[in-house]
Amino acid sequence: METIENMANTEVQFSEQALNKVKEIIHRYPEGKQKSALIPILHLAQDQFGGWLDVPVMDYVAGLLQIKPIEVYEVATFYTMFNTKPVGKYVFEVCKTGPCMLNGSDDIIKYIEEKLGIKPGETTADGLFTLKPAECLGACGYAPMMQLGKFYKEHLTREKVDQIIEQCRAGKMELN
Amino acid sequence: MKLLLENAHIEGIRYYDAYRKHGGYRSVEKALKMTPDEIVDEVKKSGLRGRGGAGFPTGLKWSFLAKPEGVPRHLVCNADESEPGTFKDRYLMEFLPHLLIEGLIVSSFALGSNATYIYIRGEYAWIPDILERAIQEAKNNGFLGKNILGTGFDLEIYVHRGAGAYICGEETALIESLEGKRGNPRIKPPFPAVQGVWMRPTVVNNVETLAAIVPIINMGGEAYGNIGVGKSTGTKLISACGNLNKPGVYEIPFDLSVEDFIYSDEWCGGIPNGKRLKACIPGGSSVPIVPANLLTKTAKGETRYMNYESLSDGGFQTGTMLGSGGFIVLDEDQCVVKHTMTLAHFYMHESCGQCSPCREGTGWMWRILKNIEYGKGKMEDIDLLWDVQRRIEGNTICPLGDAAAWPVAAAIRHFRDEFEWHVLNPDEAQVRNYGLAHYADRREIPAL
Ligand SMILES: Cc1cc2nc3c(=O)[nH]c(=O)nc-3n(C[C@H](O)[C@H](O)[C@H](O)COP(=O)(O)O)c2cc1C
Ligand code: SF4
Ligand code: FES
Repeated sequence: METIENMANTEVQFSEQALNKVKEIIHRYPEGKQKSALIPILHLAQDQFGGWLDVPVMDYVAGLLQIKPIEVYEVATFYTMFNTKPVGKYVFEVCKTGPCMLNGSDDIIKYIEEKLGIKPGETTADGLFTLKPAECLGACGYAPMMQLGKFYKEHLTREKVDQIIEQCRAGKMELN
Repeated sequence: MKLLLENAHIEGIRYYDAYRKHGGYRSVEKALKMTPDEIVDEVKKSGLRGRGGAGFPTGLKWSFLAKPEGVPRHLVCNADESEPGTFKDRYLMEFLPHLLIEGLIVSSFALGSNATYIYIRGEYAWIPDILERAIQEAKNNGFLGKNILGTGFDLEIYVHRGAGAYICGEETALIESLEGKRGNPRIKPPFPAVQGVWMRPTVVNNVETLAAIVPIINMGGEAYGNIGVGKSTGTKLISACGNLNKPGVYEIPFDLSVEDFIYSDEWCGGIPNGKRLKACIPGGSSVPIVPANLLTKTAKGETRYMNYESLSDGGFQTGTMLGSGGFIVLDEDQCVVKHTMTLAHFYMHESCGQCSPCREGTGWMWRILKNIEYGKGKMEDIDLLWDVQRRIEGNTICPLGDAAAWPVAAAIRHFRDEFEWHVLNPDEAQVRNYGLAHYADRREIPAL
C-alpha cells in the first residue's frame, strides 16, 4: 500500500515540514475519513507549488489521501480560492459586491486596471500581478477592500493602491 | 446591555490570561456540573434563536439530535460567513476567540460531541491562527483535551478552512464540504440531526449562536430570556455597512429603533455628507430591500425596531427580515437597479448548479438586470424578471434559490419606477442615478 512516506519519489513533493502538517491534518478526522483533509491539504499544496494547482499536484494530493484523482479535480474546480491556472505573484482580489460597490469599488477596480494595464482576470506580462474581482469577502464595513495573500487590505483609496503596488514591486509585501 | 462584546476592548482579551481574569470559562465550570439535558433546558428557556440567518430556536434544534447507541455525534460551528453585508462572526473570532471556544466547549458537552469542528470560510485566512492559539491555550489550562476538569469529558476542537463558496454556509453543503467534497446541498430528509457529517448525528450552529451559550449558562436561561422583546431574546450582533458614518459591528438591544441605530451617534452616526436615506437591506443580501419610508416605520405607521418581529412586520409586502444582521444602507445617490444587479451576479456565481431553476434562473436574472442597468432593457424585461424570480422561489433543493429571488422581487416591488426610468431613459441612466425621485409622488418623504 502506498503511504505518505513512499510517495517520496514522485516529481511533485511536499517538504518534510509540509508532510508533517499533512499527517497532522489527516489526524483531525475519524479513521478512514481522510478525504475530509482534502481542502486543507489543497491549500497547503497551492501555497507550496506556485499559487495554483497543476494536474500533477492534484494527482499527488490524491495519492497522499488515497482517493481518486477525479475526486480532487472536482473539488479544486468548485472552490473559487483554488486556481487551476497559473496566476501572478500578487493576486489582487478586489471585492465588487453590493456593499463594496456602494463605497466605490468600481473606481478602485478601474484604477488598478489602468495602473497595471490589465483587465479583470488577466496577469501582467512580468508575472507579478493578477487582477481577480471577488465576491463579498466579509469586510463590507471596511470597504472598498481587496484580499492579497493571507490578508485583507481595507478602506482602499487610489493612494493606498499606489502604495500597495509599490510595496509589491519592492518585494516588501507580506503574503503569508 | 452587552452580553457578548462587553469585554471586547480590554487589552489582551484575545489571549487566555486576560480573558480568564475577566470571568472567562466560568460557564464551562458551571455547565460541566450540570447534566447535558439540563443545559439543553437552559438554552430552551433562554429563547435563543439561531444567529446564522434563519432564527430557528436553538434549544429546540438541539433536542432533535439523534442519539443512537455507539455512534459518535458532532457539533459543527458554522463560520462560513459569506452573506453580503455580514461580517460579525469575523469580529467575534478575531477579537474574542476564547468566547467562541468557551461556547463550543459547553455546547459540545450538552450535545455529546467529542470532536467539534469550526468550518471557517477560506478567505478568513489569518483567523485560524488566532483560533488555534486560543484552542491551545484552553488545552494548556485544562478546558480542552482529555478528562476536562476531571469530569471524564474529552473534547478536541479543530479548525477546518473552506475555500471560497458561499453555498458552504448552507448546513448540508457545509457538511459535504467538511467531508472533502463539492459543496452541493443534500436533499432533506435525512436531516443533519440524524445523518450529518460522516452520516453521524450533527448539529450545525452559527458562531454568534454558540458564543451566546456562554451568557445563557452564566446568567441562567430564564434571565437571558427576560432580556429583549417578545421572541427576540438576548442581544444581536449587527454588522452595519454601505453609506454610514460609522460602519462596523455593534451589539444591539432588541428594543433599539431602526432610526436610532442609523442616526444616533452612539450607533452608526447617520449618513455621510448629510445625504438622505434611500433604502436598506437590514439582514444580509438575501432579505428584501425596503425603501426608507418602510424602514423606520411599518406600513401601519408604527416605529420599526431592530428585532425579528418588528423588521418582518408586514411580511414581504411591506416588511423585511433581521436575517444574519448584515445591515446595508443605501443613500440618496445610489442606484437600486445596479445594487440588485451586483447581488444577482453574486447568487449566479455562488449557485452550486444542482437544480435548474437556481442555476439557470440566477443567470437570467443577472443578464436581465445588466441589460436594464446598462440602458438596453425593455419594459417587458421587468415583468420577465419578476416571472423568473417567482419561478425560482420554492422550487429548489436549498434556500439559496429563495435567497437569490427575494432581493430581486423586493427591488421590483418597491422600486419599479426606478426600473422603468432606466428603460425609458437609457442614455440618462448612464450618466446619473434616479436618486430619490422614487418618492416624488408620495406624501411621505424620508427627510429624517
Ligand atoms: C445559501 C445559504 C448560506 C448560508 N450561510 C450561512 C453562513 O455563512 N453562516 C451561518 O451561520 N449560517 C448560514 N446559513 C444558515 C445555515 O444553513 C444554518 O441554518 C445555520 O448555520 C444554523 O445555525 P443557527 O441555527 O445557529 O443560526 C446559510 C444558509 C443558506 C441557505
Ligand atoms: S438552490 Fe441553487 S445552490 Fe441550492 S442546491 Fe439548488 S442549485 Fe444548488
Ligand atoms: S461586499 Fe465587499 S466585503 Fe462584503
